Amino acid sequence: MSFLTVFYALLFYAATALMVVGLAVKIRQYARTPAPFKIPTTPGPITRGGVVARLFREVVLFESLFKGSKWSWLFGWLFHFGMLVVLVRHLRYFTEPIWFVALLAQDIGVYLGMAMLAGLIGLLGRRLLVDRLRYISAPSDYLMLLLLIAIAGTGLLMKYITHTDIVAVKAFFLGLMRADWQPLPADAMLLVHLTLVVVLMAVFPFSKLLHAPGIFFSPTRNQIDNPRERRHVAPWASKLDATRAPSK
Amino acid sequence: MAKAEFDTPQLKGIPVIPHLQPGAMAHSRPFVAKAEHQEPLGFPGELVDDWKTKAIDKMGELLTKYRALPVFLDACVKCGACTDKCHYYLGTADPKNMPVARQDLLRKVYRRYFTFAGKHFPKLVGAVELSEEVIEDWYRYYHQCSECRRCSVYCPYGIDTAEITMAGREILAHIGIGQKYSNEIIGKVHKIGNNLGLPRPALEDTLEGLEEEVEEDLGVKIRYPVDEKGADVLLVTPSADFFAEPHVDGLIGYGKVFHQAGISWTLSSYASEAANFGIFIGNYENMQKVAMRIRQAALDLGVKRIVVGECGHAWRVAYSFWNTLIGPFDFLDPKYPVPQHVCEFTYDLLQKGALKLDKAANDDKVVTFHDSCNVSRGSRMGDFPGGQFVIPREIIKASCNHYVDMAAETIHENTFCCGGGGGLLTDDLTELRVKGAVPRMEALKRVIDEDGVTHMAAICAICKSQFTKVLPFFGMGMDMIISVHQLVGDALVLGAEH
Ligand code: HEM
Ligand code: HEM
Ligand code: SF4
Ligand code: SF4
Repeated sequence: MSFLTVFYALLFYAATALMVVGLAVKIRQYARTPAPFKIPTTPGPITRGGVVARLFREVVLFESLFKGSKWSWLFGWLFHFGMLVVLVRHLRYFTEPIWFVALLAQDIGVYLGMAMLAGLIGLLGRRLLVDRLRYISAPSDYLMLLLLIAIAGTGLLMKYITHTDIVAVKAFFLGLMRADWQPLPADAMLLVHLTLVVVLMAVFPFSKLLHAPGIFFSPTRNQIDNPRERRHVAPWASKLDATRAPSK
Repeated sequence: MAKAEFDTPQLKGIPVIPHLQPGAMAHSRPFVAKAEHQEPLGFPGELVDDWKTKAIDKMGELLTKYRALPVFLDACVKCGACTDKCHYYLGTADPKNMPVARQDLLRKVYRRYFTFAGKHFPKLVGAVELSEEVIEDWYRYYHQCSECRRCSVYCPYGIDTAEITMAGREILAHIGIGQKYSNEIIGKVHKIGNNLGLPRPALEDTLEGLEEEVEEDLGVKIRYPVDEKGADVLLVTPSADFFAEPHVDGLIGYGKVFHQAGISWTLSSYASEAANFGIFIGNYENMQKVAMRIRQAALDLGVKRIVVGECGHAWRVAYSFWNTLIGPFDFLDPKYPVPQHVCEFTYDLLQKGALKLDKAANDDKVVTFHDSCNVSRGSRMGDFPGGQFVIPREIIKASCNHYVDMAAETIHENTFCCGGGGGLLTDDLTELRVKGAVPRMEALKRVIDEDGVTHMAAICAICKSQFTKVLPFFGMGMDMIISVHQLVGDALVLGAEH
């Protein structure tokens, strides 16, 4: 077993563990912290089904962002939707037999890699050109975009120019999953792609990528607008109820 | 009082997003609360010695009490969608008045003390130590946010800067740097029962005077009762309604509606205030204590219903928080929503045909409606989403013949704050209030020029006071702003058959 294979195998195990545990800790924190007041941004849904629909529109269509900024919406949506289909396409490296959804994504997937890259470049352009966005950006905000651009760029280069041994890549990743390690092709573009992916996985729970789980816990978006109909009290606040005058 | 000189912005007729002018409002800070305003609220009277540790500890505590904080502080991707949505940014061009930049004042400290990235790579993620400078910025810019929630409408994660502002103010108050205006007022409510510090005899006098005045005007005796046990309805209204113009015309209007509907009602001298500035300073205990007077009054007076007068944040607290703070309301008549907005109350009567309105009485007016921020984005009326937009408009349209809406991007959930909400309605912030009013003034000017609008109706005591003050800065008459229930009151045909 080559050093390279062992090194990347360990790297992927470590990055996966970090991402999963890190996200679990964050999600647990969000889930356990009470929201003591009803603060949905109104007008908001007045039923649970309505909340599910609202979140669905936010996650799938970026509804609020569409109201807020058409350009960010366009680029952001291209990027995310592109990335989603690319990732679904990537499932072919991790499933045998290949999942049927991953197969479905094969044909359009190619264009969506380009769409993803175009969206990212658009977002970077806005961040550099609009004075308000420059003002609010920290180095990490640029680096995150550059990281994703580099991942998409190396992926597309592999796809169209340098090519790699996809069968071997798949064997390596299936091997990782089955604890039966297989050699990883020593192919520069692939190694850069994979290294960057490891970085992305590792920073996920420590960065603004927490917007992905965060959106589901946002009280302004996930609460039902029914404060008059149902009493809503957080455990820490219910202790203060004792100061209330009894009603009978 | 040293007031900063400033130029009133010129209205441009079209909405413009200004370029950044760093530090443009760095001089704007309200008076700091003295010990006598701090201590009755449970806050230290002056800056505590170990303020740094205390501030960080408080932040840590709030992070475990309010889920919105960790989620909002983590989730922002700096997409910039909110940057041009705040009326204070649009009016002042100070970059720290962009909602995300306002959040960042807290976020950069949160990152430094509570996140891995900020602890180990502060430069990379823009994390900073808590310092006097940071505290100074918090004090300035958390008092340039009216907690209007406009930014939260456009944020892909619903990040509500108002929640961050409340947390910022809460931390400041706990290290001894409270805001005088809000804290002094809360102190008065705790002691006397209303923001004005108006004791029972004065309130009774005022209402008696009002009864006489109305009787002289109309030749009909309309009652404005206080502390009447056994009345059906307890009306809780902002204390400005007792005196100030144009508020009092709204109160006169409510009285006429009750009179005509034949429903017995009363005010309470113990709970003579709908406003609850506890929300502004983000303090649960004070907000609860203020609200508790209303529960107590309702129990003491034995009423069946509680109706809330025209007030924006008061309605948010009442609608969204009362059940949490002072519920359950199992002692009231379950046939009616608790609490009920006076607009819902009037609308119900109109639906039932219990009121007859003569629209021609308001033929001298072309009316538009200013959606108050807290009503629009923090509450509801009626039993369907958006009722808070429909119901007041339906009431206005039933009361007058000429009604026009302002531009779509400035009404309903897109509405602009009047510029004086969130505990900023104080003379030490006049410049901020004038500049923050610009987006609303632009929209108003357009309907004045294009549609001949003569009056703007509102359902919020703060909006009414703020517009009375700032309209003249823009060359418009201060009496343009009126209460919705003034329109109703003027159009109501008294004594007509139900
Ligand atoms: C539930 C899933 C997700 C939702 C609903 C979501 C939504 C959004 C939205 C609405 C934006 C703002 C628009 C924009 O600036 O592009 C955004 C930005 C961003 N998202 Fe996501 N996202 C999700 C998952 C992810 C994942 C898995 C990644 C990374 C691999 C990611 C990376 C980013 C980045 C880097 C930005 C900032 C773009 C910029 O700098 O302008 N998102 N996301
Ligand atoms: C362990 C995880 C990953 C592996 C093993 C992997 C591997 C590969 C390989 C072998 C290709 C070349 C495809 C070909 O030649 O047909 C590729 C392409 C690509 N990769 Fe990845 N990748 C991974 C994760 C990611 C992630 C997380 C992203 C995005 C955030 C990404 C974005 C892309 C893109 C945009 C392309 C080009 C378009 C396409 O083939 O769909 N990859 N990847
Ligand atoms: S809540 Fe209103 S005042 Fe505060 S930052 Fe948001 S838009 Fe501005
Ligand atoms: S809209 Fe929301 S996510 Fe975007 S910059 Fe503003 S607060 Fe951050």
